[in-house]
Amino acid sequence: MSTFAAPPPAHATAAAAARATDLTKVYGEGETRVVALDGVSVEFVQGQYTAIMGPSGSGKSTLMHCMAGLDTISSGSTRIGDTELTGLGDKKLTQLRRDRVGFVFQTFNLLPTLNALENIRLPMDIAGRKPDKEWMDRVIATVGLADRLKHRPSQLSGGQQQRVAVARALAGKPDIVFGDEPTGNLDSRAGAEILGFLRNSVRELGQTVVMVTHDPVAASYADRVVFLADGRIVDDMPEPTAELVLEHMKRYDAKGRTS
Amino acid sequence: MFRTALRNVLAHKARLLMTTLAVLLGVAFVAGTLVFTATLSEAFQRSSEEGLTHVDLAIEPDEDSEAAESTPGGARNLGQDLLDDVAALPGVESAIGEVTGFAALADRDGDLVGDGFATNGANYAAGSDGTAEDERYPMAEGRAPERAGEIALDSTTAERTGYGVGDTARVSVDGPVREETVTGVFTTDDGNVAAGGTLVLFDTATAQDLFTAPGEYTRITVTAGDGVSQEELREAAAPLLPDDAEALTGERLAQDQADAIEAGTSGMRTALLAFAGIALFVGVFIIANTFTMLVAQRTRELALLRAVGASRRQVTRSVLIEALAVGLVAGATGLAAGVGIAVGLRSLMNALDLTVPDGPLIVSGSAVGVSLGVGVVVTVLAAYLPARRAAKIPPVAAMNSVHAPATARGLLVRNSIGALFAAGGAALTVAGIGSGDKGATMGAGAGLLVIGVFILTPLLSRPVIAATRPLLSVFGVSGKLARLNAVRNPRRTAATASALMIGLTLITGMTVIADSMSKAIERMASESLRSDYLVSMANFSPLSTEVEQTLAEQPDVTVITGLRSSPALVADDPDARTLTGADPAAFEQLTDLDFEDGSFEGFGGTGVLVDEATADDFGWAPGDTFTTTFEDGATRELTVAGVFSGNQLFTGVVLDSATLDPHMERVQSFEVLLKTEGGASEAAKSALEGVLGDNPAVLVQDKEDVSEDIAFVFTLLLNMLYALLAMAVIVAVLGVVNTLAMSVFERKQEIGMLRAIGLDRRATKRMVRLESIVIALFGGVLGVGLGVFFGWAVGELISDYLTTYEMVLPWARIGIFLGLAGLVGVLAALWPARRAARLNMLEAIKAE
Repeated sequence: MSTFAAPPPAHATAAAAARATDLTKVYGEGETRVVALDGVSVEFVQGQYTAIMGPSGSGKSTLMHCMAGLDTISSGSTRIGDTELTGLGDKKLTQLRRDRVGFVFQTFNLLPTLNALENIRLPMDIAGRKPDKEWMDRVIATVGLADRLKHRPSQLSGGQQQRVAVARALAGKPDIVFGDEPTGNLDSRAGAEILGFLRNSVRELGQTVVMVTHDPVAASYADRVVFLADGRIVDDMPEPTAELVLEHMKRYDAKGRTS
Repeated sequence: MFRTALRNVLAHKARLLMTTLAVLLGVAFVAGTLVFTATLSEAFQRSSEEGLTHVDLAIEPDEDSEAAESTPGGARNLGQDLLDDVAALPGVESAIGEVTGFAALADRDGDLVGDGFATNGANYAAGSDGTAEDERYPMAEGRAPERAGEIALDSTTAERTGYGVGDTARVSVDGPVREETVTGVFTTDDGNVAAGGTLVLFDTATAQDLFTAPGEYTRITVTAGDGVSQEELREAAAPLLPDDAEALTGERLAQDQADAIEAGTSGMRTALLAFAGIALFVGVFIIANTFTMLVAQRTRELALLRAVGASRRQVTRSVLIEALAVGLVAGATGLAAGVGIAVGLRSLMNALDLTVPDGPLIVSGSAVGVSLGVGVVVTVLAAYLPARRAAKIPPVAAMNSVHAPATARGLLVRNSIGALFAAGGAALTVAGIGSGDKGATMGAGAGLLVIGVFILTPLLSRPVIAATRPLLSVFGVSGKLARLNAVRNPRRTAATASALMIGLTLITGMTVIADSMSKAIERMASESLRSDYLVSMANFSPLSTEVEQTLAEQPDVTVITGLRSSPALVADDPDARTLTGADPAAFEQLTDLDFEDGSFEGFGGTGVLVDEATADDFGWAPGDTFTTTFEDGATRELTVAGVFSGNQLFTGVVLDSATLDPHMERVQSFEVLLKTEGGASEAAKSALEGVLGDNPAVLVQDKEDVSEDIAFVFTLLLNMLYALLAMAVIVAVLGVVNTLAMSVFERKQEIGMLRAIGLDRRATKRMVRLESIVIALFGGVLGVGLGVFFGWAVGELISDYLTTYEMVLPWARIGIFLGLAGLVGVLAALWPARRAARLNMLEAIKAE
């Protein structure tokens, strides 16, 4: 186990966008006690596109929620940049998510009452900040939405809606963007488009993206894949391809079934 | 299907809570009204029956007899001869001559005991030799009054005021203060005393002196000897009666009283039920809203039922059974709450000294039936349309993954119908102003307009709420989202706002009318009067001429006249009219009449003034003469000197009191008008009051006091209406809570997403709160608008009768109403906003 979960090399520390150390998350007590994350240490380097994979119940979503400041942790530590999340109140956490984290969810990403542009600007409107015009234009151009800005979500296709969500996540120039199965509800073409945009945002805009997925093809867009099983990191694969990932997944699935 | 429906009710307990509460409140209002009025009626019935236990036969002046109708003064009092003759009849055990009238009693601080209306005086009937005991009033302490200057008090009053035997109490019957010695305290089962009134007993001669005339009685009560029935007694007495008197058996009297009490309480019951009806009507909107939302949320579930073979009727029925269950629960708890309200009201009335006679709580079978029935019927009817809509869900909807979104379908048809209704209603309302049908057209128009506005509210919601944009933008993104959310489901917003609109329309309309009326009457009083002071009895019973004589003797009183009032037959009109008598010279100086024709010149002696309406009735012009039959039967030729335009203070025929007085049975004034040297001042006022012996039963009022009095009456009336309409507003608040809670529930994922991307709890709360305020204010603006319109329209009708009427817009109050609407929004949002802020973000954003 320690082979895969080894602490990252010291030189990478400065460039870590988010880092978890010995992160443990326990639900319930006594009989119903479930350990969702069991001493996970992981680091997401700035300017990198990481996929978190694992079978259902492996704790991959929980890891993301804890590291994004959406959920509290039981023990250990988790940071966004230099900010320690443990011990922060709801207000500080909310501010942190607003100003330093971007989110792309599987469903219900957009407010139906706002048009595309308003949805993209929502985090900045909440913060009462003026958007960086030049950056916004670049983001909107990257996701190819320039001619759809006045449309309401109901007038956009699923893929277009998810592109708006990606644009919104990037619009505030966050330290890190978390995606929770961002292509889960899309057909493969639209999904490929979204994954392409996420990769472009890393390559061309220098963003940091961490995405939870169970789709090997989606994972293959990433620079690195972290595998989770039973609340522990079991593998860490740089430069993944769909075949390699699939191969890996089969192994853990088979393991999971026989154990 | 039945089991499915019940399971649904249980599963949605929390979501049905507000609906149940709304129905419950309406039902409680109905049940409370029914139980309270029945209990009150029963209590008064009992106490009046107790008061009649000594009476087998009562002889009273008969105002409806032909003889009474043909004399302007009505039926005469009963004479001593009659009493003696009746007492001598075989089968009569005893006959008592009663003399009753108004008698005000001052407490030790000089204030009036009781409210002035239930303060009675009567005689202690000591028999012809003056030694017999009056069995109606057994003396608990001391002895009965025997001569002028002595009185007895009922024990409740004695206890309340602290007067005991030997004390001196101040009493006033028609103005002058009488210092009386309390010789006895008695107990009585008199109904009026049981209801909180006071009773002062005088000896018979004094009572006659005060209330009738020597040897005259207002009533004779007879008890029968053994073996003589009431009917036999009545037949025996019948030949002795004059033709303007009648004899009633004790049973008949009890029945008449029961009928009168029933008539009194049924009026109260109807009024209260009307307000209960309004509360229930408001509830209908909430029930319909709730079931619409429940059906929308369960679209897939219902479609699945259809897909597995349930018929449309079964789906409709399952929703209706749910409504039935809600209605039953609400009806039963409402009934219980209503009984509680009735008990509480009775204690409240007792606490406020509005003593209610003791009696058991009456919860009749019909009250139970009506309460439960109202709960069930209202709920099921309100749920009918949503139930029909549920049945129309196609089975294929079960396969769709998303909720059926609210559509704008049908809004065009809806808006056209609404516009038609509203325009037609407004036109009819305006047309009703000049139609002269006493508001029938206007009522129909108002109804149509309200229905039209109900139908149009979804359409109106968009522009009205969009108008709040500049205000809401102050609150940043919370304000913007609140505004957008408020118009997201126009029908739901409309139904919620409509519920609030109903209450505010009524409240605003009534306030506009009452304020305008109050100002109009005040203006009338100040415009047509030039006197400094107006003196009258607190209960508006007549004043002795002694009062005006005393006042006239004051050096600084410059002009004074008493205003007499006497019934008379005028010209050939068979209906009695009221003559007003005054001193001509003083009247001219103390009033400010607008003459249509003629003038004060010629007023006096047989020259009279008539108002326009009377002049029109008879076709009179100055110089015309007519015959008048006075209350004593004498006739006289009178000449019209002037015709003045109508006002509420002086109507009919005004004549010289020197001409009228000789024909009046008791020469009394209903009011005295006067001017003082130097005008009205606090000093002058207290000097006048002092001259009258600081009598609590006599009011000395300057114009300002009169205005305040008028304003007070209207304020009291308005406050009662506000209290009654409060229930409708409370139900509407529940509706807003309900809508918001449902909206928060439906937008769970959305709120979770907002929280995730950085909307903090405070801003989330603010978003829900602002949406609530926007909806409530929307209802408030519509209500105030409609209320002002109706107030204006009804005012136009009133101004035909009340010439000084002008619409007064109570801006401050309207501001308060809108502020209250906003407050309603804030309060209604408390719980839903908390729920939204506490929402579990992770659960919410997980895919369904």
